Amino acid sequence: MTVSEIASSLDVQAIRQQFPILQREINGHPLAFLDSAASSQKPQRVIDRLSQYYEHTNANVHRGVYTLSEEATLAYEQARATVARWLGAASHREVIFTRNTTEAINLVARAWGDANLRPGDRILLSIAEHHSNLVPWQMLAQRTGAHLDFLRIDGEGRLILEDLDGSADRPPLLTERTKLVALAHQSNVLGTIHPIREIAARAHEVGALMLVDAAQSVPHMPIDVQALDIDFLAFSGHKMCGPTGIGALWGRRKILEAMPPFLGGGSMISHVSLESSTYAAIPARFEAGTPAIGEAIALAEAVDFLTSVGMERIAQHEHALLVYALEQLANVEGLRIYGPSTAQDRGAVVSFTLEDVHPHDVAAVLDREGLALRAGHHCCQPLHAHFDIPATARASFYLYNEPSEIDRLVAGLNKARKLFA
Amino acid sequence: MDDLYREIILEHSKHPHNAGTLDAPDISHEEHNPLCGDRVRIDLQVSNGTITDVRFLGRGCAISQASASLLTDELRGKTLDEARGISKEDLLDLIGIPLDKNPVRIKCALLSLKTMKTGIYNYLGTQLEEDLDD
Repeated sequence: MTVSEIASSLDVQAIRQQFPILQREINGHPLAFLDSAASSQKPQRVIDRLSQYYEHTNANVHRGVYTLSEEATLAYEQARATVARWLGAASHREVIFTRNTTEAINLVARAWGDANLRPGDRILLSIAEHHSNLVPWQMLAQRTGAHLDFLRIDGEGRLILEDLDGSADRPPLLTERTKLVALAHQSNVLGTIHPIREIAARAHEVGALMLVDAAQSVPHMPIDVQALDIDFLAFSGHKMCGPTGIGALWGRRKILEAMPPFLGGGSMISHVSLESSTYAAIPARFEAGTPAIGEAIALAEAVDFLTSVGMERIAQHEHALLVYALEQLANVEGLRIYGPSTAQDRGAVVSFTLEDVHPHDVAAVLDREGLALRAGHHCCQPLHAHFDIPATARASFYLYNEPSEIDRLVAGLNKARKLFA
Repeated sequence: MDDLYREIILEHSKHPHNAGTLDAPDISHEEHNPLCGDRVRIDLQVSNGTITDVRFLGRGCAISQASASLLTDELRGKTLDEARGISKEDLLDLIGIPLDKNPVRIKCALLSLKTMKTGIYNYLGTQLEEDLDD
């Protein structure tokens, strides 16, 4: 792969111009931001939309009859419709705004889980889940007496799907006791893109629901919840060029309508007396209290921005960067990559260790070169325990990254290796 | 680089002093940093209130391990009161790196101090009163 081939799928320079933070210098070097898997940078139009809301439209939603409140309500509900269309939802009512992926998953665990799980029921996860798609289910299991099962991964970081059916020495992981399968669409450490459609079909065969933690996929590839044939999808705005504090849960209308509320308070009610209350229809039933109005509106702006660039082209650009990164990093002596060795069904997230240099030291040396990488367990302690390592360093790419940043990464890694040799 | 990874840090992280464990320590305590997974265990041999021997076992970044190495060098021969009197500032002086503006890495440097102090306080039956997390 040549640098010019990579550049051809997107006009990266034009995109970079739209992200003011990318003009910054860090420690005397141009910023190379390689941590979008943790949180992405924001284009000017998203930042402007947020301020424009506060400067011109700010008022509470679903309350007032005055102009500002009507405008704010309209913009907030249009934001919901934008997100719903983007995901291929059957109705805007299927999109519930939350703070982030974590809150969306907790909503399902609390509202759906508490009402539907019985002692002995099972929830199927994988050992590679982010803590946000593990801890809420552990808490649910403790409350209900349900059990957790875990799909293993092979040496390439791919799910061992044979475990669904079991073998001579392993009982099947997917049975009629399984009520929910909850998996990341793309691993935030390994980059593996899981065959969600296939697993969802298997889950439905035994009557289980399928929840997808799409925090790492929604920002980077076209998503269609109907085509995936899943039941719940959770994601965060801040990883997809949107603000922090806003995310969403998509759920099938029939399932959401049968669920009791999550949090109680204003907006989620129909009628309230001192003794009891009846609850609003979806989505309001799951949005207690004043929502993150400006943030939801700016999230829709991020959706429009990504759509204008084109999700398919973003995916192609990142794929090209991934191919180049895997190729270049293979030349760094002592570097070990965790996750698939090829770019097939793999997102542009590369976690690695460098000989005996601790990942924190790797990241600190790279920071001196202007490169922003995350080091640590990336909220996946069980996965790191599986590899018997305390931490990895992780480079993750987005639409604004360019091949020259990968060259700088390689140079920085060689520098770190020499320093600690 | 230069200031964060000075020669003393690199030297102590590559060749840590007092590495290992004691067979029958009077005090043995382990702490970890949940943010990054760094671990440090410190074993102390105590005779008449004085530290007579010390070892540490850890895994983590160069700063956390060099800090443990440098701290344990200081402990041998000190009374428990003197040891627990070692302040954050004393340790940062010892390792000689400007971490005051780096709230994440300062936790790496202070992990060994927290381990040692919590171990001593537990041994003396008192709680860790200072908040070393700040």
